[in-house]
Amino acid sequence: MMILPLANLLTEPVGVSHYVVVGAILFTCGLLCMATKRNALGVLMGIELVLNGANLNFIAFGSRYLRNDANSLGLDGQLMALFVIVLAAAEAAVALAIVLNFYNNHDSIDIDRADQLQG
Amino acid sequence: MGEPIYWPSFLFLLCSAIACVFAVAVLLATNIVRMAFYLVVSLSATAGLFFLAGADFVGAMQLMIYVGGTLVLLIFGVMLTSQERFVEMKTWSGDWVFAFLIGGMLLMILIPAAFSVPQWSGLDLSEAKSVEVANTATPLGMGLLGARVDQLDGHDPSEPLQPGYLLLFEIASVHLLVVLVGAAYLARAKHKR
Repeated sequence: MMILPLANLLTEPVGVSHYVVVGAILFTCGLLCMATKRNALGVLMGIELVLNGANLNFIAFGSRYLRNDANSLGLDGQLMALFVIVLAAAEAAVALAIVLNFYNNHDSIDIDRADQLQG
Repeated sequence: MGEPIYWPSFLFLLCSAIACVFAVAVLLATNIVRMAFYLVVSLSATAGLFFLAGADFVGAMQLMIYVGGTLVLLIFGVMLTSQERFVEMKTWSGDWVFAFLIGGMLLMILIPAAFSVPQWSGLDLSEAKSVEVANTATPLGMGLLGARVDQLDGHDPSEPLQPGYLLLFEIASVHLLVVLVGAAYLARAKHKR
């Protein structure tokens, strides 16, 4: 059964659902960003948005303010979110190095031109 | 307007609106410099959402590592490659049509799915006000060291505790070291072509 989402949003506490919706919107924006941008750095920004959407879900499922029962992820959600943040930093460093290398070699940052490995 | 406004919900609405609007702005902007700025705003608003969910340490790390570190790295990348012809790169309009079709379908699946689970609909007002505020930095640090102090209360002493995250922490540390050395090697200045 569908629960009416927007009723009493200002007077009632929000739940996990609302966080999941925000995470879904961030995820979709990031996914479309990755798919449509031609600038390689735009694709990287899309990846950051996707990781943030996932992080938001981890935090929401672990939060006692949103869901106070035994099935909550508890602190595990926050620990996972921390690992995601750290690995996102590592991923950004490597991806940026690759992009700069591509830029130096091809004098372009358009990913449509990155087809040298094509068979 | 009989009932008073519950302010955490208001702040949630504010932060989530900022995060979503600027995420959409990242998607729609064609100027890469503006995209970087919109991303900074969106991720800062996400940090606000983390604070509102009670994850104070993760929210602070989001601001410090993501907004303060990763995005500065990205902005450096933008500055290093911002020739005139790369600042504005338009997407083909056919790509937009497909993208919005697929994105709309994805959202049409995900949003009803999020509201279809009764346990996710939130606490009652009195219950939410009685949740005690807990500091998460110490349990998180102990969890990373392998001791789950957050699961001690109400725990049966004869049962073993859930394992901590020491091994994952070590793997992440070595991973970061290798990645940073590798990134410095990849991006080094080449004198001979």
